Amino acid sequence: MSAPMTSLQRVLTTLGHREPDRVPRFLLLTMHGARELGLSIREYFSDAKNVVAGQLRLRERYGNDCLYAIFYAAIEVEAMGGEVIFVEDGPANAGRPVIADPETIASLSWPDPTTSPVLRRVLEAIAGLKAAVGEEAPIVGVVMSPFSLPVMQLGFDRYLELIYERPDLFRALMAANEEFCVAYANAQLAAGATAIGYFDPVSSPTIVPRELYLKTGFEVARRTIARIKGPTATHLASGRALGIVEDLAATGTAAIGVSALEDLGELKAAARGKIALLGNLNGIEMRHWSAEEAEAKVREAIRLAGPGGGFILGDNHGEIPFQVPETTLEAIAAAIDRWGRYPLDPAV
Amino acid sequence: MDTMTDDSSTAFEQALLTLDRAAAQALFARAASGPDPLRTAVRLVGDSLERIGAGWERGTVALSQVYMGGRICEDLVGRLLPPGDPRRTSQPRLGLAVLEDHHLLGSRILAATLRAAGYELTDYGHGIGAAELAQRALADGIEVLLVSTLMLASALRVRDLSALLRGGGSKIKLVVGGAPFIFDERLWREVGADAMGRCGTDAARIIEQIRGGAA
Repeated sequence: MSAPMTSLQRVLTTLGHREPDRVPRFLLLTMHGARELGLSIREYFSDAKNVVAGQLRLRERYGNDCLYAIFYAAIEVEAMGGEVIFVEDGPANAGRPVIADPETIASLSWPDPTTSPVLRRVLEAIAGLKAAVGEEAPIVGVVMSPFSLPVMQLGFDRYLELIYERPDLFRALMAANEEFCVAYANAQLAAGATAIGYFDPVSSPTIVPRELYLKTGFEVARRTIARIKGPTATHLASGRALGIVEDLAATGTAAIGVSALEDLGELKAAARGKIALLGNLNGIEMRHWSAEEAEAKVREAIRLAGPGGGFILGDNHGEIPFQVPETTLEAIAAAIDRWGRYPLDPAV
Repeated sequence: MDTMTDDSSTAFEQALLTLDRAAAQALFARAASGPDPLRTAVRLVGDSLERIGAGWERGTVALSQVYMGGRICEDLVGRLLPPGDPRRTSQPRLGLAVLEDHHLLGSRILAATLRAAGYELTDYGHGIGAAELAQRALADGIEVLLVSTLMLASALRVRDLSALLRGGGSKIKLVVGGAPFIFDERLWREVGADAMGRCGTDAARIIEQIRGGAA
């Protein structure tokens, strides 16, 4: 019997569209680290050392195949001077938009991620995780895509108006955001991240029609991903992907985070051999899954997307809600161990 | 609906989806030039927005189209029926808020849809807490309170809002919407809401159901 693969070997094998020893699991947990350490969410994310300790504990507890270095989605706008609102039981959220007047876009400049005190915490956490695991497990850094970040920079409504009605300001904003995104992604890779999660929900057909995506988010992603010096996985954060699977592959990204709103079998058929899938357990429903339901959902996902590799099992949003109990996460992990071994059990 | 109206309605919907304001305006003006202009034009808008919303739920229409189409309709109806016009529907008294969150898109779609349907409404804005919202809605005599959320933690706060409203003996109907409710279809009942909309464009239909005693 051959030795089990390391997490990194397992993930690289599946990203190469081959079957590893078992389906890799990315239980993308952030806030649960605070609970592991007995800290408030705000306190937890105030110090990189907490995130290192939390992520290592979570990996130990659930046998996770990655370490997840995101703090909270709004951290980039926080670095840009935006307001961030912490709550006791959820992710820190963007408050009032950092761009009060869209007419100022042309003169905006964003901070250097390597000197921003806020983002340096993330880089320190990545370096700490790298020191702890070396090449054994991938460390996933995260950026908001230049195309999706304006939801927090401007507000969703004003951003959609900008896309449709002010192409000049849209282009200027993309130019500034692309520079920032590339610099932040590459700083995370330099600190020790193995790959970058490129969060791009606005590119989903849930948010913009494909014709508009091809003229906007697609071009932005193609330019940006080409300049990121490491592999990327694009996450649509619960948005649909089916209509743009080939387009996403053409941006140069290696994997897509897919939604529980779509059929995983159809997604697999569209993605097979072209781009790997990450998903698509429903994190919101997960709050009240029994152990039996968790096993059934895991088994179904593996049955639909596991054959041939090219599949990482995870949630559908890129962050499992704080309200999901540890017992459910343990049941999910156990079900992957039971049903995710390759060659897959024909009964799966 | 006769064939001519069907064609106009399809063309109007298409104009909204492609953001062709000129075409939408021309079709709206034609609807508003008949014998019962207000009713015909508002129905044209309402039917089109509802079909666009249904398309979003099926995954064939994007949220950007729902939002931008709703804005066009709000503008068109607003010219025919300006805010404060006595012909606007002021019953039931409608309130709208984004509970705790600062994500306005859902509430903007709701407001546009309801104004395009000829309703008056009180907008309590965004980032408001359950206690303040309950107090203000009760003081204003709101009958249907529409609450939009994006984050799960905010959606769960609807439970507090519901308790505060019911504790005061209010008969306010609480209608919720937003991503957490779409991903967990049991959530709206769990937090004590009376109804859930999958898209902002569902609001007018839900209010009609409430008026008819179905929700």
